[in-house]
Amino acid sequence: MSDLLQTPLYDMHVELGAKMVPFAGYSMPVQYPMGVMQEHLHTRAKAGLFDVSHMGQVIVKGADYAAAAAALETLIPVSILGLGENRQRYGFFTNDKGGIKDDLMLANRGDHVFVVVNAACKVSDIEHMKSLSGVEVTEVTDRALLALQGPASESVLAAMDPKAADMKFMDVADLTLNGSTCWVSRSGYTGEDGYEISVPAGEAVALAQALLAHDDVEPIGLGARDSLRLEAGLCLYGQDMDDGLNPVEASLSWAIQKVRRTGGERAGGFPGADVILPALENGVGRHRVGLKPDGRAPMRQAVPLFENEEGGRQIGFITSGAFGPSVGAPVAIGIVADSLHEPGTKLYGELRGKRLPVTVTALPFIPANFKR
Amino acid sequence: MKFTEEHEWLRPEDDGVVVGITEHATTQLGDIVFVELPEVGATVTKDEEIVVIESVKAASDIMAPIDGVIVEVNEALADNPALANEDPLGNGWFFKIEASDASQMDEYMTEAAYLKLIA
Repeated sequence: MSDLLQTPLYDMHVELGAKMVPFAGYSMPVQYPMGVMQEHLHTRAKAGLFDVSHMGQVIVKGADYAAAAAALETLIPVSILGLGENRQRYGFFTNDKGGIKDDLMLANRGDHVFVVVNAACKVSDIEHMKSLSGVEVTEVTDRALLALQGPASESVLAAMDPKAADMKFMDVADLTLNGSTCWVSRSGYTGEDGYEISVPAGEAVALAQALLAHDDVEPIGLGARDSLRLEAGLCLYGQDMDDGLNPVEASLSWAIQKVRRTGGERAGGFPGADVILPALENGVGRHRVGLKPDGRAPMRQAVPLFENEEGGRQIGFITSGAFGPSVGAPVAIGIVADSLHEPGTKLYGELRGKRLPVTVTALPFIPANFKR
Repeated sequence: MKFTEEHEWLRPEDDGVVVGITEHATTQLGDIVFVELPEVGATVTKDEEIVVIESVKAASDIMAPIDGVIVEVNEALADNPALANEDPLGNGWFFKIEASDASQMDEYMTEAAYLKLIA
């Protein structure tokens, strides 16, 4: 346990009574005394504060924004050049086989691209970006990252800096929060309205405490973060997508703008384009879908899926599954073979030797609550 | 009342032994969202996995603490699995078993010994 890294908020988590667990090399709070179920429901009803400081924050600088964006576009199949100033977008690194190396968020910060990557992949992601010529890649190690998520987030944050209320979904701005200069985006990983806040490490505890002092805000652990993102239909890298699944199979085609596709002005030019571009045109043999078990038993990662109640070949598997507290029933994400991915399709998940019915369901399981 | 190292409790009644899990166990498991119980009439063997519990965190199994026949199960848990969290020693019981060898109870702990174990 002693080699685990700690975020700047570690002592605060312990004081709040969090159960700490190892996650991506860090000791992180999986839940607080409130418990996963109540933390989940509280976030959807009011606001939850998450410590996501384990994630990688990276500044990519070139001669100007366009130079940095153009360089990153050789690794990432989305339009980074087309991103307006102080706007953010979802993307992913691809590999030569067309698989996904990691997913990430990209923001146009005027003179640089601000990138946020997954904790488990950050070392290799940074190395990957450092292979680019003509850009300077700097990991931001002196800042914590917080997420404030839920319908009360806007009023809580706007009370500290009124500019928070002017931001729309995926806007980015510098806000002064509790006296700290913060890099803030209106985004998150819960399907709720909310903000992600990069704050100087030494001021992170004071800001977190100021936010928690609000009646509507409770600290939320990784357990509820996972059930919230699952209900919102959001992928978890390493489970719902990985280096063996291309973006079309992962149902992430929406993230690849026209300009990077065949016929587009900046078509291709990223690893695996020879696989991904034809896949976008011609389709693929399997798809990531939402799945709802008909019964009450949750179906978790690795549960095999079949077309029939008895016999037949396996046609897919569950990649993430849990009880969805807001849905009030189990929910899952999985990969299924082509022609079986239409919402309403009945499939069977094999649980403890029994095949139990599941229904392919459109994602998200609960409607997104973003401020567009 | 007796307790096992697997955090089960056993309460002998006239027509069988009622079995559930302790508050310590439910706290460790977190919010319970699904319980699969054995069939009434099933003959079970000590250490056989006969109950599946799913919490928000993970699935876990509960074993038969003694040999016997299941004479009753707590149907209320199917509709409201949270009963196991709310009242683990009362309304959150799992099943009643008619022991085929009551002496198997003897190896289990008293409440005092169990409390010492989890302290």
